[in-house]
Amino acid sequence: MFGLNKKDGLLFLFVIAITLLAPFLLNPFPTDSAMAQFNAGYPDLLQRFAIFGIFAIGFNILFGLTGYLSFGHAAFLGVGSYAAVWMFKLFSYNVLPAIVFAVIMAALFSVLIGYISLRRSGIYFSILTLAFAQMSFALAYSVLSNPKFNLTNGETGLQVYDTDPQIFHREGLPDLPHLFGLSVRATYELNLGGWSFTFNLGYYICAVIMLIVFYLAIRLFRSPFGMMLRAIKSNNTRMTYTGLNAKPYTLAAFVISGMYAGLAGGLLAAMDPLAGAERMFWTASGEVVLMTILGGAGTLIGPVLGAGLIKYMENIVSKINDNVLHQWFSFLPDGFEDVMVTLIHPFVGKGWNLTLGVIFMLVVIFLPGGLVEGGQRIARLFTGRRGRAAKRKSTQSTPAE
Amino acid sequence: MDVILLQILNGLDKGSAYALIALGLTLIFGTLGVVNFAHGALFMIGAFCAVTLQRLLSFSHTVVDETKTDFLGNPLKVEKPYIEGWFGPEIGGAIIEWSVPLAILFAIPVMVGVGFAMERGLIKHFYKRPHADQILVTFGLAIVLQEIIKYFFGANPIPTPAPDALSGSVDLGAMIGFEVNQIIYPLWRLVYFAFAALIIGAVFAFLQFTTFGMVVRAGMADRETVGLLGINIDRRFTIMFGIAAAVAGLAGVMYTPINPPNYHMGMDFLVLSFVVVVVGGMGSLPGAVLAGFLLGILESFASTTWATTTIPGINQVIIYLVAIIVLLTRPRGLMGRKGVMED
Amino acid sequence: MSKSNLTRRGVLKTGAVAGAGVALPTIFTASSASAFTNEPTGGTVTLGFNVPQTGPYAEEGNDELLAQQLAVEHLNGEGDGGCLNTFSSKALKGNGILGKKVTFVTGDTQTKSDAARASAKSMIEKDGAIMINGGSSSGVAVAVQGLCQEAGIIFMAGLTHANDTTGKDRKANGFRHFFNAYMSGAALAPVLAKEMGNDRRAYHLTADYNWGWTQEESIVASTEALGWETVNTVKTPLASTDFSSYIAPVLNSGADVLVLNHYGGNMVNSLTNAIQFGLLDKVVNGKDFKIVVPLYSELMAAGAGENIKGVLGSMNWNWQLQDEGTRAFVKSFGEKYGKPPSNSAQTCYAQVLLYADAVERAGSFNPCAVVEALEGFEFDGLGNGPTLYRAEDHQCFKDVLVVRGAQNPTTQYDTLEIVEVTPVEQVTYPPNHPMFGGDEASLGECNPGA
Repeated sequence: MFGLNKKDGLLFLFVIAITLLAPFLLNPFPTDSAMAQFNAGYPDLLQRFAIFGIFAIGFNILFGLTGYLSFGHAAFLGVGSYAAVWMFKLFSYNVLPAIVFAVIMAALFSVLIGYISLRRSGIYFSILTLAFAQMSFALAYSVLSNPKFNLTNGETGLQVYDTDPQIFHREGLPDLPHLFGLSVRATYELNLGGWSFTFNLGYYICAVIMLIVFYLAIRLFRSPFGMMLRAIKSNNTRMTYTGLNAKPYTLAAFVISGMYAGLAGGLLAAMDPLAGAERMFWTASGEVVLMTILGGAGTLIGPVLGAGLIKYMENIVSKINDNVLHQWFSFLPDGFEDVMVTLIHPFVGKGWNLTLGVIFMLVVIFLPGGLVEGGQRIARLFTGRRGRAAKRKSTQSTPAE
Repeated sequence: MDVILLQILNGLDKGSAYALIALGLTLIFGTLGVVNFAHGALFMIGAFCAVTLQRLLSFSHTVVDETKTDFLGNPLKVEKPYIEGWFGPEIGGAIIEWSVPLAILFAIPVMVGVGFAMERGLIKHFYKRPHADQILVTFGLAIVLQEIIKYFFGANPIPTPAPDALSGSVDLGAMIGFEVNQIIYPLWRLVYFAFAALIIGAVFAFLQFTTFGMVVRAGMADRETVGLLGINIDRRFTIMFGIAAAVAGLAGVMYTPINPPNYHMGMDFLVLSFVVVVVGGMGSLPGAVLAGFLLGILESFASTTWATTTIPGINQVIIYLVAIIVLLTRPRGLMGRKGVMED
Repeated sequence: MSKSNLTRRGVLKTGAVAGAGVALPTIFTASSASAFTNEPTGGTVTLGFNVPQTGPYAEEGNDELLAQQLAVEHLNGEGDGGCLNTFSSKALKGNGILGKKVTFVTGDTQTKSDAARASAKSMIEKDGAIMINGGSSSGVAVAVQGLCQEAGIIFMAGLTHANDTTGKDRKANGFRHFFNAYMSGAALAPVLAKEMGNDRRAYHLTADYNWGWTQEESIVASTEALGWETVNTVKTPLASTDFSSYIAPVLNSGADVLVLNHYGGNMVNSLTNAIQFGLLDKVVNGKDFKIVVPLYSELMAAGAGENIKGVLGSMNWNWQLQDEGTRAFVKSFGEKYGKPPSNSAQTCYAQVLLYADAVERAGSFNPCAVVEALEGFEFDGLGNGPTLYRAEDHQCFKDVLVVRGAQNPTTQYDTLEIVEVTPVEQVTYPPNHPMFGGDEASLGECNPGA
């Protein structure tokens, strides 16, 4: 199937199904019910799921395969966003050239930064990438936004103004990012009973692109090149002794993952034509690390799950305020209601960072393989002996070193 | 000339905070081999030890003052600290005023306890895990710690002034023959510098001249051999973690009068302190101290008008630029031993 | 940007064919029959409160949220009614807005333009918010204002002080109740002249980003008009925590006034550092050294503690004002939450009431009708005396306060004292002022969305 083996093929089919049906799956609660708070099937968040999924898949190609922990990947995302918005400003609102240009710019940046940073490994590599990203942030936030040479528009973020040239912009095209005339905001709404489902063109653009790059990532994982990267992770010294120069391989992985980040950045700008410098701040780089680890570094589907979880926390959990809590527990007697609200209060709304930190720590401590490992453990519980037998078989078939 | 002297002073002062944090980080890395991203959080907790003590000392009961009204027009409720009731307003007020220096005594046991708890409860289980896992779990811990502090103390900075006797500034220039107002420096920053020097000296003396320190240094050089000699090196390393936490905490306590502490101050220092450690050389204590002061001075000079007009934006990126140059030209850092994390 | 209507209809047509049997496609989620985005159909109407709940401005966001909740209560006829009793427009009756009960949703801007847009979108797309209110930085305000313009809902800005919000980035769907950097300069200048004379040498430390620059520009212009000399303007990185290396050279420079164009954590630290260096105790050029902080807020004053004593600055509003509207608001806020409101809280409260009132007067939630009702609207009784929402740039014009750190505060709340209430005429400027985008700046057309 698609040139993949059976297991990967099934996984890919599964991801296709989930992605295309996401507007249904993520809106499980009727619009007017109290649980509608947990619905995540609205365009902006769906787009973010797909975009940050791409970002995390790309990061995983570097970190999951080679073990190089980059703490500055957000810089490429930012570069991609700026590149895309500049395309909007100068040429037209069509998203395709913008995205292509974003990927190219991110590739150039990652060749440069990767070439320098990859001269070191381990924590030194992390610090080098961090340093580059922080420099990019500082430059974008203030230095490159001075009135004489305004490349980034600083704090406010780069956006499109009426006065911009937009030389290919024509009468009749939407004044918003569009795909050959179809606005990314075009939306169908389907009302079924108490439920309402939203189908947004922008989301499906993101989703299709995510499926393509997810497929590419599977192919890459299974290719000889992927094997080579894994070999670098498990024992770089031995690789060197066999006379192989590992650096071109790691640099290639770095650039590919930088391009994924640029693609994500370009898509962010395509869905919402504004690029802010804080996209490059080191905490944004930390966020993609969290996503990848949370989902499961080195696994195919893990980073996408991790990205989804974090964006869900950021957009849904942060909106649960005390009013909402009181509504939920209003069926309890007054005293209990207040106790429950007090207990949950620190973890939701403005406390969503705390919940995120706790979940992250628990995952790193107990599930080093991330959510994917958690899923596997649960699956093993259910399959019981059969699973164990299969596992025994698989360990036996692993050749001894 | 006076400008140069002033910026050297500024650099030394900034550098003392960097050096203290980096010293603790290096202690932990050198002894336990753990990359601790929660070290900035320890600095922050130290600062909030000072805030807590200030709050404890000024723990108050309310007295209604009928002569004044509050913003709603009701009689004003005045907070009277208990301590002023016990010792009289003079002595009680003085105790509250000296809460930051007093917090040193309060912070040492607290920070050592926090350090022990962190090492025994969490870090211990990560010795055998890869560096990346250590970074990640301590990063998570840092987020949790700062959110907890935010929950109790809020997000706004909290003023914690130095005692009157130690605030204000001195005219150093006039003392050494410059004109008046040429080199003015805040007294508390001088205190901070002296305090940092004292702590750094004490840590080095402890490692150099005590048997305990000797064993720890031997353990840093070759943990296995020391273990084979029948010495319980783990216990000693736990104690070193406590000491490192205390050093970071004290750096935080003394920092509070310089800038009012807030819950994210640890993260502000975190990236920087790693740069300092790497520039100094992973695992090298003198390197950490040297790099701390050096980067402090460089940063100060980069922020002069002369520097920013020559190279616009240099003050924003100088630290990272230095880190990149050092890492590329001398990967083991200024004073790192050959072979330690060098690849 | 109004021409998008044409093309949108084009999309509508193709969509209707393609999606026969399904609902019509719309820009953003709105029920298919509605004339504008998120038209309220049931018995309730939802407002979106978008404030920082994490990050350094979380306390300010929290204060704004409290005020907005209070406003909702008053609109629904709960509590003591607050400013509904003092407001010069009597359209609001305490029965919600146009008879619909007011509910609200909240979001976290994190003081990042990206996150702010994401949470605003979530409120618009998912919760059906009819307007977005609040925020605490100019970057966020401009970003969210742009979003609301595209989405076709009303935005009211909260705390944003940069000239750009109603200057070159002004939008038809956006309004600002807060004052701006130009007004700070215009209000401060006469007081500075009175207190410090016309012969001063000023040294500026400026946060190195958009807001800092506009404020520096405004203050330099208005002080130089007094005859002051600007010795130096130094940009400080936003990420700075320790300002010693920027403060140390001030005394040597021959300046006798230090202007701190900083906000939030930057301002707390730079002012604390300046006091540490003993600047206020010095005599330069035969004059007492002075510090000016053009934009004050209560929370910054609390963070800087004793250091603000005697330092001049400006504010949008202060709870110590004695007009009717202020007293009513302070009373209901104070009784509910046990502390006086901050000036950003008051801004957000007033904006919710003004929005509701505009809807009542327009008789419709349609954003374009609301814009029309708010443009050129003059009112009184919400604090700061008679106020105008100028039609040309959607900036609010009212008296501006010059305040000073109190020498002997009796409580933690009266750390700032009002020095002067600068009348509105003195801070008014033409809508095409060069600092506000000049002749090029335009509101564009109001966008009702769907």
